[in-house]
Amino acid sequence: MASVTDPVLECRGISKFFPGAIALDAVDLTLYPGEVHALLGENGAGKSTLIKCLTGAYRRDAGTIVLNNQEISPNSTQDSQKLGIGTVYQEVNLLPNLTVAENLFLGRQPMWHGFISQRKMMKMARDLLAEFGLSVNPAEPLSAYSVAVQQVVAIARAVELSGKVLILDEPTASLDRDEVELVFSVIEKLKARGLAIVFITHFLDQVFEISDRATVLRNGRVVGTRRLADASQTDIVTLMLGRQLEDRIHDRAPSVTGDKLIELTNFGKRGMITPFDLTIRKGEVVGLAGLLGSGRTETAELIFGAVQADQGDARLEGKKISIRNPREAVAHRFALCPEDRKSDGIVGDLSVRENIILALQARQGWFRPLPKAKVNELAEAYVKALDIRLASLDMPIRLLSGGNQQKALLARWLATNPALLILDEPTRGIDVGAHAEIIALIEKLREDGMALLVASSELEELVAYSTRVIVLRDRRQVCELAGDEITTSNIVAAIADEPMAEAV
Amino acid sequence: MIRSTHLPLLITIATFVLAYTLCASQYPAMLSTRVVANLLTDNAFLGIAAVGMTFVILSGGIDLSIGSVIAFTGVFLAVILRDTSIHPLFAFVLVLAITISFGAAMGAMIHYLEMPPFIVTLAGMFLARGAAYVLSTDSVPITHEFYDTLQSLYWKAPGGGRFRLTGIIMLLTFLAGIIVAHRTRFGQNVYALGGGLSTARLMGVPLARTTIGIYATSGGLAGLAGIIFSLYTSAGYSLATVGVELDAIAAVVIGGTLLTGGTGFVAGTFFGILIMGLIQTFIVFDGTLSSWWTKIVIGGLLFGFILLQKGLTWATTLRRKPATEFAAQS
Repeated sequence: MASVTDPVLECRGISKFFPGAIALDAVDLTLYPGEVHALLGENGAGKSTLIKCLTGAYRRDAGTIVLNNQEISPNSTQDSQKLGIGTVYQEVNLLPNLTVAENLFLGRQPMWHGFISQRKMMKMARDLLAEFGLSVNPAEPLSAYSVAVQQVVAIARAVELSGKVLILDEPTASLDRDEVELVFSVIEKLKARGLAIVFITHFLDQVFEISDRATVLRNGRVVGTRRLADASQTDIVTLMLGRQLEDRIHDRAPSVTGDKLIELTNFGKRGMITPFDLTIRKGEVVGLAGLLGSGRTETAELIFGAVQADQGDARLEGKKISIRNPREAVAHRFALCPEDRKSDGIVGDLSVRENIILALQARQGWFRPLPKAKVNELAEAYVKALDIRLASLDMPIRLLSGGNQQKALLARWLATNPALLILDEPTRGIDVGAHAEIIALIEKLREDGMALLVASSELEELVAYSTRVIVLRDRRQVCELAGDEITTSNIVAAIADEPMAEAV
Repeated sequence: MIRSTHLPLLITIATFVLAYTLCASQYPAMLSTRVVANLLTDNAFLGIAAVGMTFVILSGGIDLSIGSVIAFTGVFLAVILRDTSIHPLFAFVLVLAITISFGAAMGAMIHYLEMPPFIVTLAGMFLARGAAYVLSTDSVPITHEFYDTLQSLYWKAPGGGRFRLTGIIMLLTFLAGIIVAHRTRFGQNVYALGGGLSTARLMGVPLARTTIGIYATSGGLAGLAGIIFSLYTSAGYSLATVGVELDAIAAVVIGGTLLTGGTGFVAGTFFGILIMGLIQTFIVFDGTLSSWWTKIVIGGLLFGFILLQKGLTWATTLRRKPATEFAAQS
């Protein structure tokens, strides 16, 4: 039905270059009136760059944008808003201290003899919100309402200001299921009105629930546009991850493993991850697979106490323990290498040596400094063992390459001789050589009897070193693969192929 | 209809009523129109300056220069009326033009140089005070028949209270302030700025125009307060009104305006001024208490209102209205 009408917005060959990188490479995107078009892709695929080019936050380096048969080049978000392209972000960009009505009409209040007519504004606001199926009191401050209501108010304002194309950038990321229903009901209404809606999200179920078509980006290119009625979740996930679904047989690690190290039962936190059971044995690598936002990092942070669980029990070698904060986790000999090493891991201006002994020193207490000779001995031993390439132990760690920083971080935690090592994306952003070394290191640590939990988006990598793989989806564990079941195609199938009816 | 945001204002009014009742129960004479009239007259200049301060604080800023601007205005008027023969009305227009441009210049610096208002207006405070010293270090008396005429304008209420012109001007300023805050786009933009600078920019609020307008308003009202102060004292003195900006800030906060900006009412500031004036009047009536007790009570009140604000912010986030009840209807 959509194909017979003319498109509202047509992008042809949009390219955007950053120094040393091609963010968008000749991207095409066509939006028809009355369609919800999902824009999908893993982090860094180019979704947000494309949106920024569309809304004028970035200048595109090549390509054309045609809106209602007219070529446009918005210079700012204000510009694109006037042209008819409105955007609503995950974090609501409205003023919590103003009333709902004031937020809706800020800058274009109904005037009466040179003064704002509050009464008229309230009435207009009430009528407008009623169209969106929302019966809130427009005289209340926006902060009195939940994020979902605020989100709908933001959508209402964007539609009123623009009214042709609406871009929703992860509007449901921080909403509960009921609240998602509210936002979706509004999207359905706008669709019926003939708006073209771009929907960006990490939740695949939501994509299939509300969208008509989906465009998948990978590494700055469009890898496919699909009508969702004709596509399965597996197709989409395959497009997003770009995996050739051929199975390689790996030398499977022996499945005989040691004693139970840690046992988590019904462990979880509301709004972050659905309670799960997890047992990790000594000499075992448990892999965590799933799309971005599926709960990989959340699981890692919960076990390390970076975020405190609000339910469930944890047992360490059969004894009940509490993990309320990272200090307690470190005391239980847990270690976590975080995903974003720049902001969460390394202390850029401290020397490599200081970075390596940081965790050990912290565990020992700051009032009992490690002897200088011991520090040097430790740092040198790890630099050698992990083959960290550096000019001197005294150089600031920020000057090292990504792979070497990652190895230094690993060294920091290995120096504490952990019982459980949690790695979150251990190979992100490092070169191929370092990549292989880190994988080899993981296998060596496992053979030495350490328990490891590794979250990664690199499926081949997970297949290579995991003794078990747990697949997460929409913030809960959906499947566990062990032994010969661990193949990339099985993981992709588990990520994608849950019957939609079951999705809550 | 009572909004939850009205609560601080209602509490301020309740505090005032309670305080007045307590005062009147001890000294029934405090109910006379004479006391009421003096309350307005004595606090007229502070009230007018506090209206400007309310706008500044609502936008999330602060203006430390107003005490110095008031003193500068007084000295400027005294010197110009002593040394030249121009009419006071013309002198008023001249001094208002100066103080408005002074405020606008501070606003422009805050916006374009992205400097914290605290630092910019601190510099403004020293500049204005210094300019006043340069004009004259002594107290210069103002003797002009037009001043006498203005000072003799009053409405005598039954009971002997004299409602003077200065008090009336303060009331009119508050009225104008309330209308501007709630019935004009400028006023809404002030609240928007206080709610969040980057969000306000994204929503299309003209930041430069609004910021400059806010500090120009504050400067202009400080100028008007200076004129009223010179009518009140019949003199200009460069050492006068030191620390008045802090009194004005106290009145704004006691009036229920959030120091972080975005929430509050001009009307609240009016009651803040009245509460502060009332404490002073009570101490005068008592006669045995040191006048420093005024400061102690105001300090205590400020603490109370800051705690109250924290409590209210906390309470509103706790009872956020869920969306579920609306989802069912749609």
